[in-house]
Amino acid sequence: MSKVVNVVVAGLGGQGVLKASDILAEAAFRAGFDVKKSELHGMSQRGGSVSSDVRFGDQVWSPMVPAGEADCLVVLEETQIEVNRPVLRPGGVLIGPDLIAPGALKNRKSLNVALLGALSRHLPIPQEHWLAAIHANLAEKLHKLNEQAFALGRAAASGG
Amino acid sequence: MNQQPQLLSGDEAVALAALHAGVRLGTGYPGTPSTEILEAFDKLGGRAQWSPNEKVALEVGLGAAFAGARTLVTMKHVGLNVAADPLFTAAYTDVDGGLVVVSADDPGMASSQNEQDNRHYARAAALPMLEPMDSQQAYDLTLLAFDISERWRIPVILRITTRVCHSKTIVRPRAPLPAGPEATFRRDVPGRVMIPAFAKPAHHRLRHKLAEIDIWNDAEGPNRILPGEPGPAGGLGIIATGIAAVHAREAAPQARLLTIGLTYPLPLETIRAFAGSCERLVVLEEGDPVLHEALMAAGIPAEGKPEMYRFGELSVARVRRILAGDETPEPVPPKGKPPELCQGCSHRGVFEVLRDMDCIVAGDIGCYTLGVLPPFSAMDTCVCMGASIGVGLGLRHVLPEDQARRVVSVIGDSTFVHSGLTGVAEMVYNPPATGHVILILDNGTTAMTGQQEHPGTGRTLSHDPTGKISFEGLARAMGVQNVHVVNFGDEDGTLEALLKDLLARPETSLVVARQPCVLAAPKIRFYEKAAADRLQGCPAAVVDD
Repeated sequence: MSKVVNVVVAGLGGQGVLKASDILAEAAFRAGFDVKKSELHGMSQRGGSVSSDVRFGDQVWSPMVPAGEADCLVVLEETQIEVNRPVLRPGGVLIGPDLIAPGALKNRKSLNVALLGALSRHLPIPQEHWLAAIHANLAEKLHKLNEQAFALGRAAASGG
Repeated sequence: MNQQPQLLSGDEAVALAALHAGVRLGTGYPGTPSTEILEAFDKLGGRAQWSPNEKVALEVGLGAAFAGARTLVTMKHVGLNVAADPLFTAAYTDVDGGLVVVSADDPGMASSQNEQDNRHYARAAALPMLEPMDSQQAYDLTLLAFDISERWRIPVILRITTRVCHSKTIVRPRAPLPAGPEATFRRDVPGRVMIPAFAKPAHHRLRHKLAEIDIWNDAEGPNRILPGEPGPAGGLGIIATGIAAVHAREAAPQARLLTIGLTYPLPLETIRAFAGSCERLVVLEEGDPVLHEALMAAGIPAEGKPEMYRFGELSVARVRRILAGDETPEPVPPKGKPPELCQGCSHRGVFEVLRDMDCIVAGDIGCYTLGVLPPFSAMDTCVCMGASIGVGLGLRHVLPEDQARRVVSVIGDSTFVHSGLTGVAEMVYNPPATGHVILILDNGTTAMTGQQEHPGTGRTLSHDPTGKISFEGLARAMGVQNVHVVNFGDEDGTLEALLKDLLARPETSLVVARQPCVLAAPKIRFYEKAAADRLQGCPAAVVDD
């Protein structure tokens, strides 16, 4: 059985953490993987810490990423990095909000999708599925803005 | 019908199954983690409605089932406490249409006031209970629940937990159930009128149904044995229910795993045979040791879990520890940022006033419970839906006068409709010597669970206009002496002055502090405009003018 890929997306309520993990889970689903995505809603809109687990591979059992087993950790808010760092495995990839320079995005609300662009460099999901997932999860008027954000993040992650 | 695989949450999977089961009516009261079921069912084109509370939701559902319609009733775990009265006697009745009651439990209390384990209700009410481990099972077991309900003419409980409700996993829909007959009234007095003369044979009937379901469960119930992956298993066998089953498979892939989908009545012969084939048998279940104790009672030797794992959710790591018999303290995850009242939330100003006046605040369930946290620290009790009023009255009755005069009951609009009316009746009927003050924080929505409508908003679950309850009119009609409405928003001291006046009077008072939820306000304006536009375009409305 091939290894399951574990990703955790984290931030504060209202930042689009759950939207980002929805897009990631859907992209992996469209790419043909077994996928499980898990988080706890309820308090998420009240500005508290929010994190969401996405796991994909040939077969996924538990929907929760065990502590210390995340391959990638995407954090939308600087203050939430240390809180979430324990989920990352040794050598795992941390993608933080500082990857995207202030002012680089037309609207900072699309930071979640920009960081998915950076994440996409590290995951075996073809670009077409990412874009389809972005379209499926966002209103049409937001598509262009978020495609640009995704491309920006992807370019930033390549160092170019 | 679309039978392509879909990525669905457990809640969405229950809704899709309800659609495929031909459910005619879905009822419930919003409550995390169950809320999304009826919302998804509505979006799929099903007929769904919010009831004032879970008791009413179940009673409406029972009536629909008596008329032969397949019915889904949803609630969170504590909601089943409210609905327990109809539930226990609905068990004695013979339903015509399938009746499935969803109890969405919250082990770990992601957004609840307790982590009660509603598996106890199956045994207490003598009703079959199904427990899915993922969205596919949530879908499959919902369909099966309707099948069982109609076959044995018995209500069925689907117990689902937060982690299953809110996790998305892949669902492959199956062929829909054959449509049920049209709803029609068929008189069945002994089957539905539970006076003692009919209830006595009905109890025997219920036990007979359960005995049959028990046999069926052993023979062909939704219980599966997964052989272990090749490797050293050490003769380990695991019995698991719900989400614990997937954690178990990941934590011990080589172990043989028996997963139980219909957990009451338990398939004891299946379990006994499985136990006989294992050198070591471990029971993995979240919450109370319900399954383990049932095995012990049946004389099936098995290991349970140490007491420390009764609390909170299970996870792969915790399951590994249980299997290793590890009772050392668990690592404490770093604390994140706690939730808080939104910036611009109207509750903020209210709790500042209550704090500054040093009130003793009997609180209730909702966003406003966050008023207990700094910088407000203005809540002294919170127990269950509606308890603010009764608890406040109790405090008033016995506290010395100077303290009694500081007691205020604070309750939200949706919570007031849910369970506040009987509290007002109590206040009018048994007024404390110092009087009392009820403060309804009316933000025009069920904010905490994601802005659902309720009978005080004047809009249905799908946000269409309907009848609207006036809290102030209700309070006057019930005989409350002082009734006031404060359109709270600007902090001009109105509320503080009013409260000071009312707290000084030995009279009964009810104040509605009204200001829409900041998150809901744009949506409310949209719904109102849509309704007005529709009215404008309606010829009947023009003629009436």
